[in-house]
Amino acid sequence: MTPLDDPDIVRVLTAEGTFAPTPQAERYVPLIEALSDTDLETFYRDMVISRAFDRQATNLQRQGQLALWPPSYGQEAAQVGSIRAARAQDHIFPSYREHVVATIRGVDPVDIIRLMRGLTHGGWDPTDARNGNTHVYTLVLGSHTLHAAGYGMGLVFDKRCGTGDPEQDAAVMVYYGDGASSQGDVHEAMVFAASYQTPQVFFLQNNQWAISVPVATQSRAPLYQRAAGYGMPSLRVDGNDVLASYAVSKLALDEARAGSGPRAIEAMTYRMGAHTTSDDPTKYRTSDEEESWARRDPIARMRTYLEGRGASETFFEGVDAEARDYADDVRVRTNALGGIPVDTMFAHVYSDRHPLVEEQRQWLADYEASFEGGQA
Amino acid sequence: MSAEVLPFAKALSAGLAAAMDADDHVLLMGEDIGRLGGVFRVTEGLQARFGEQRVIDSPLAESGLVGTAIGLAMAGFRPVVEIQFDGFVFPAFDQITTQLAKFTNRHEGALQMPVVIRIPYGGHIGAVEHHQESPEAYFAHTPGLRVVSPASPNDAYWMIQDAIASPDPVIFLEPKAKYWLKGEVDTAERAMPLHASRRVRQGTDVTLVGHGAMVTTLLQAAALAEAEGTSCEVIDVRSLSPVDYGPILDSVRRTGRMVYAQEAPGFASVGSEIAATVMEKAFFALESPVLRVSGFDVPFPPAKLEGQFLPDADRILEAVDRALAY
Ligand SMILES: Cc1ncc(C[n+]2csc(CCOP(=O)(O)OP(=O)(O)O)c2C)c(N)n1
Repeated sequence: MTPLDDPDIVRVLTAEGTFAPTPQAERYVPLIEALSDTDLETFYRDMVISRAFDRQATNLQRQGQLALWPPSYGQEAAQVGSIRAARAQDHIFPSYREHVVATIRGVDPVDIIRLMRGLTHGGWDPTDARNGNTHVYTLVLGSHTLHAAGYGMGLVFDKRCGTGDPEQDAAVMVYYGDGASSQGDVHEAMVFAASYQTPQVFFLQNNQWAISVPVATQSRAPLYQRAAGYGMPSLRVDGNDVLASYAVSKLALDEARAGSGPRAIEAMTYRMGAHTTSDDPTKYRTSDEEESWARRDPIARMRTYLEGRGASETFFEGVDAEARDYADDVRVRTNALGGIPVDTMFAHVYSDRHPLVEEQRQWLADYEASFEGGQA
Repeated sequence: MSAEVLPFAKALSAGLAAAMDADDHVLLMGEDIGRLGGVFRVTEGLQARFGEQRVIDSPLAESGLVGTAIGLAMAGFRPVVEIQFDGFVFPAFDQITTQLAKFTNRHEGALQMPVVIRIPYGGHIGAVEHHQESPEAYFAHTPGLRVVSPASPNDAYWMIQDAIASPDPVIFLEPKAKYWLKGEVDTAERAMPLHASRRVRQGTDVTLVGHGAMVTTLLQAAALAEAEGTSCEVIDVRSLSPVDYGPILDSVRRTGRMVYAQEAPGFASVGSEIAATVMEKAFFALESPVLRVSGFDVPFPPAKLEGQFLPDADRILEAVDRALAY
């Protein structure tokens, strides 16, 4: 039995794209029925555009434009569904593969590119409203789950959740992987979240592999079941089903915002590409496995569903054209990215002036100037 | 002598295999070290050869890795833990500094901790954040740990075996920029003990000292200096704790000048400690203060600036000029 045959999994669309909710999905059906055609088309468009961006970034890395690229290919439904369920006031804590999440929240894709190109360690300002409260990527696995828990504590202490006003109440959504779930920080985050009843959703994208290590090495129990040990409700969803991913996230976030404490979601998905552009998955996984997941492709599945509902060929062509333009724009703007002034290395190490950093900044400036002066 | 030309990573791998052949209680553990052979392929082929119980693809948890290595050592094993990248050792920092380093002391010598922590460290690979750091000072500052860093394939081959044989915990820092560096490896005979420093180039005017990837840069600087008529001696420290001061002091007493180069930020660093000690012990032989060339005291910058952050031959020569100007 594969984890996808789990009788408790929440799924509304079959792999073939027919609407057939599993028993666990029944309670979510009204949430999906409440979606307009435009909402459904948005989900599809989000996924197609994200994939085009991801492919473009992978190519840019191959051409030496980026230091590294962690592809999101295959995980579009889990990311689109979950993030489309969030409200503007919610805070998002991604790890390093959540390009879909970040761009939907408003982060400029070129800001993600700048990070992976080695121009910055951040790339965007989470306090700038245009970035939709999306915090910057965290590369140390699991660390940010604690930051999310702390943010959630702040929301509780400041009564910014649980007031009963859904327009004001806020929640926190934190993304991490099956590998990261082994880190001590993730366990400690769950302890804090549960103890302080933070308005928080732990969104685990189980893409089956850490780098070369399968999820079985991280956990013998289904990962979502761990939450019970902390006293936190949790569930498992088909992460390649954008509708199910949306619905479970919507309910979990709504409940968290309303003050009923943290929740955990395990989205079953698959990393179709390599772990990063430095990785070689042929060393550790089979093409059979890859093909079996390709048959559950989130985009194809949603497309079939939309076609069944009468979406027009013009719509799909329009989305494809939009995705091409988007990716082209990313390429053009990436190629236009300049270098960075050396001074930026010394900026923001401290908020207040620090004599040692100041002295070294000056030293390097003088040193570089000595070359420009033609001495060396 | 049986010499072979090997890249650093392959030499290290051969050293690990030799230690595993010699003692069936030597085992390797780490993230992605088995099937994948490690992200730098240092352990490639070892799981196929020694089995899954001796080359363990661990869960993704550094504190867990080091903590369980401590338990394994108590049970009679000699675990060699791989940390995937320098910046990811910190989740294990507590286990390393509060536990691993103190076990022998806490047990008044009744227990030993023959654990090796391998850490690929340093820059020059243009990577993203947390993948290019030089955390050696944190460990050298911790009593109870031995800290070493091989700079050549021959040292990689022998020092890993000596580290594994050591009854004490060893932080084994691998300069990742050198994994592809080829060099002669004498598999028959070790050249020197684990904690010896080594003169790699003879010279008379200035002593250049450093560790890890910086040794190559020091040699480049020495070659450039020679073209300008300055003769530099180069010393590879090899062991950052304890430091073997003999060859360093001997050299400084002859040249009267010393420059230490390292990638790590300079403040409270290994270079600072060695500079201070040399000034204490060879004060009357010095013609100029011992100078340090370091990474700056800022977080390791985004890759596009690593060239300006990392000391290069020019920055070392600038210090050589300053030393000579006294
Ligand atoms: C603390 C820490 N250890 C090791 C790494 C190196 N590393 C980066 S990603 C990764 C695998 C992560 O797997 P998972 O959490 O499942 O997320 P995925 O990459 O599959 O999305 C590893 C080992 C790291 N970034 N941080």
